[in-house]
Amino acid sequence: MNVLLVVLLVLPLLGAAALLVPGPLGAVAVRFGLAVSGVVFAVAVAVASAFDYSAAGRVQGTVDLAWIPWLGVRFHVGIDGISLPLVVLTALLTLLCLVYLAGHRPPRVRELVFALLVLELGMIGTFLALDLLLFFVFFEVVLIPMYFVIAVWGGEGRRRAAYKFILYTLLGSAVLLVGLLYVWAQTGTLDMVRLAAEHPMSRTAQILAFVAIGLGLAVKTPMWPLHTWLPDAHTEAPTVGSVLLAGVLLKMGTYGFARVAIPILPEGAAAVAPWLGALAVVGIVYGALACLAQRDLKRLIAYSSVGHMGFVLLGFATLTPVGINAALFGNVAHGLITGLLFFLVGALKERHGTSDLDQLGSGLLGRLPYVGSLLTFACVASLGLPGLAGFWGEMLALQGAYEPAAGLPRGLFVTFMVIGGLGAVLTAAYFLVMLSRLTHGPWGGPGPTLHDATRVELTAWVPLVVLILVFGLWPSALLRLTTPAVHALLGVP
Amino acid sequence: MIQSIDYWAIAAPLILALAAGLVLLLEAFLPARPGVRTALGCLTLAALAAAFAVVVAQRGVRETFCVPSVGCSYVVDATTVVFAGLALGAGAVVVLLSMGQLAEGDIPVGEWYFLLLAALAGAVTLPASRDLIMLVVALELVSLPVFALTALRRYDGRGAEAALKLFVVSVVSTAVMLFGISLLYGITGAVHLDAIAAALAQPERPGAGPVVAVGAVMVVAGFGFKIAAVPFHFWAADVYQGAPIPVAALLSVVSKAAGFAGLILVLTQALPGESATWTPIVAVLAALTMTVGNVLALRQTHPVRLLAWSSVAQSGYVLAPIATTDAQAATAYLVFYAAMNLTAFAVVMAVPHDTLDGYRGLVSARPVAGLALAFALICLAGLPPGLAGLFAKVVVFREVVAGGLGWLAVVMAVNTVIGLYYYIAWTARLFTPADATRRAGSGPAWIAVGVATAVAVGFSVAPQLVLATLG
Repeated sequence: MNVLLVVLLVLPLLGAAALLVPGPLGAVAVRFGLAVSGVVFAVAVAVASAFDYSAAGRVQGTVDLAWIPWLGVRFHVGIDGISLPLVVLTALLTLLCLVYLAGHRPPRVRELVFALLVLELGMIGTFLALDLLLFFVFFEVVLIPMYFVIAVWGGEGRRRAAYKFILYTLLGSAVLLVGLLYVWAQTGTLDMVRLAAEHPMSRTAQILAFVAIGLGLAVKTPMWPLHTWLPDAHTEAPTVGSVLLAGVLLKMGTYGFARVAIPILPEGAAAVAPWLGALAVVGIVYGALACLAQRDLKRLIAYSSVGHMGFVLLGFATLTPVGINAALFGNVAHGLITGLLFFLVGALKERHGTSDLDQLGSGLLGRLPYVGSLLTFACVASLGLPGLAGFWGEMLALQGAYEPAAGLPRGLFVTFMVIGGLGAVLTAAYFLVMLSRLTHGPWGGPGPTLHDATRVELTAWVPLVVLILVFGLWPSALLRLTTPAVHALLGVP
Repeated sequence: MIQSIDYWAIAAPLILALAAGLVLLLEAFLPARPGVRTALGCLTLAALAAAFAVVVAQRGVRETFCVPSVGCSYVVDATTVVFAGLALGAGAVVVLLSMGQLAEGDIPVGEWYFLLLAALAGAVTLPASRDLIMLVVALELVSLPVFALTALRRYDGRGAEAALKLFVVSVVSTAVMLFGISLLYGITGAVHLDAIAAALAQPERPGAGPVVAVGAVMVVAGFGFKIAAVPFHFWAADVYQGAPIPVAALLSVVSKAAGFAGLILVLTQALPGESATWTPIVAVLAALTMTVGNVLALRQTHPVRLLAWSSVAQSGYVLAPIATTDAQAATAYLVFYAAMNLTAFAVVMAVPHDTLDGYRGLVSARPVAGLALAFALICLAGLPPGLAGLFAKVVVFREVVAGGLGWLAVVMAVNTVIGLYYYIAWTARLFTPADATRRAGSGPAWIAVGVATAVAVGFSVAPQLVLATLG
């Protein structure tokens, strides 16, 4: 198990390094990337099967080596019920992205595969790290490759969007670093496990640290009003970039709340939770309203992410096992659903040359039955239909808000619940409006020459569809994993 | 009274000084042929290597030029070794770069290497100096040859202007610093740093406080010119651009490190008791320096000007931990900075262009240079995969946060973002599709690229290499 975790990090790194070597590998870059990410996914599955589910709340497979003694930085990784689903999700989405690339020959494919493998390294590393600075290093690893993915393979306004993405998120990271170092300055250790068990900081220091760390994570999540980089980045990024951005990168922010901010700084979290909850529900409503006004399909889905992340943050803000479970569930569900949505929208954009709702025309179900029906499925999952994965995250978050942790103002959180519920209705509204304009109605727009989903595309999409169904119908598959970890995190029996 | 001299302690500057004289003589007596130019360059490199070996071999603390019951003027300790190693390593890269520059033949070779070695001898002496007079002499030994080096290219108006600017600024700064030093000497009656600290620790004499404060401020201002800290920064871009590229690299790394070494010595050894006076000043200087440097760098289109302002901004990051009276973090940052900055200068020397757009498509046209420059720039920005830069920033952030200067940490955070904008803009150009054929520098410059890149990558993989030396 310990070895497997290191292999998870070393494989993408070696794969990326191999692509740097000039030579014949460039010609088969996609296949090579497929092989590497396939093995990484296999290792992730092996980790999941070797995982001791009876002790999901405990950190397993720990590797703890000295790295930079002078700074007190250790190479300390491990996995528990919170990080396991995210690691598997990351490995899966990266693999599916490469499967998708196999059917589409983008220009400069070698560099793209290189960037994707480095991204995978950063994402998996963030979820495995148990040392505050190691976490930060991995958190930063994704910035440069994602910048290039947007800036090189993106759409029309890619340069501006890429700058906005990297500058905005770096500002967040820098504030996060200040917060992490403040924790270090107060406690003298960077060990997350120890810090989470001991809480050695005073209340004022915890509040200060939580604000800094929370702000840094909130930019990545993104939380309203720090979300403005997201619509541009998602809209301009190529399909694989959008999928990874929405599917995994945003989760790094929310994961930080579950791993760093809340367990290490419980008193700070309790003090800031009402503000977090308020901004979360504003995000839910704002995301929904912004979606109603969008004409571009990619932008619409980007704004819907703001809303969904609002639910996740609301779950965290309740500081109850139910709420945090909801947040973690919502995290994974959003990764699957929005990943699928971006794949589908990317496919539509590729076929029509645009993702503008007016130009796409109506009657998609008749024209492209596979793509159309999958899009309908993904939208319905995203709006939170019971029986699909999106439902549980939102429902449990609202339930958590109905009964927040002791010490939090209940009236306020019930208000949040009501507003959040309204937001869920608005979410349903914009997805249904979009579907009625796009999939139904008479045939319009460019005609019958378009081809429906190819075999490669279906290979990339079907696993996501299956998982959305599985987690929707059998939520305890995931909750069984997160619940003990959440209990350990909150210190409740 | 005859002082006993520990020749082993002063071996490194001695070797450099002797080699400087030798190079000058050899050039005068040997025929002016390309082969001789290369041989003189190799001789200079050999002297640097010998001095470096001495520095590495010097373990523990060695003192010499001692006055009984007062103190020693020359002390070799761990920090000295790091600074001397930094100066010599950077000096070797500068020599390799100058071998490319000198191949053009419009610069007298002997004088060039003589001046270079003299400046490096000063840079190695300075961190070991423990009295004010020695400090000033060493600092001038670093500064004076650089004016001449800047102006050594014949019939180059820009170079002459740059040299004049540098000269005027430097003389003014020296004058200001000497005035500050005379005030300190007047109050304490001592020139040795330890003796000054001891004298200032005595119960206060009436009227001494303000004079010491003024003296301290003037000394800080004097060093501020040398390290191009705001508001003494305005000369940087013009001088860097006007000087030959190897001299610009020397200015941005060796001169700067020497200036910082002096500043750290005076502040932490002579004036530790006055820290209440100078820490706020240094903190404000740090914040101003990084902000102004970064903002000025934003609009630059000339690569050397951009690197000039970026190195001003980087000075701000070095100053920041000094504001918490911590010398180790500042030293560590300087070492990391030297490696990354020299990599950038080496590539600019190997593939010279007058605009940033000239570097479009460098990665596909010349993968080694392109990737090295991209790595250096990302290091300077402080992001992975440039872990050296990231750890340098973490070290500094850590001291600043631990020292309770929260506002400065926030200013630094904002500045890393401003800095990223122009670094990433240049980096992105490297990866755009290539359009034109490009000329390239000569062999030694490529060796310099290789050496500097290898060191920067080494620091990224194992930052402990530097940090452990600091103790």
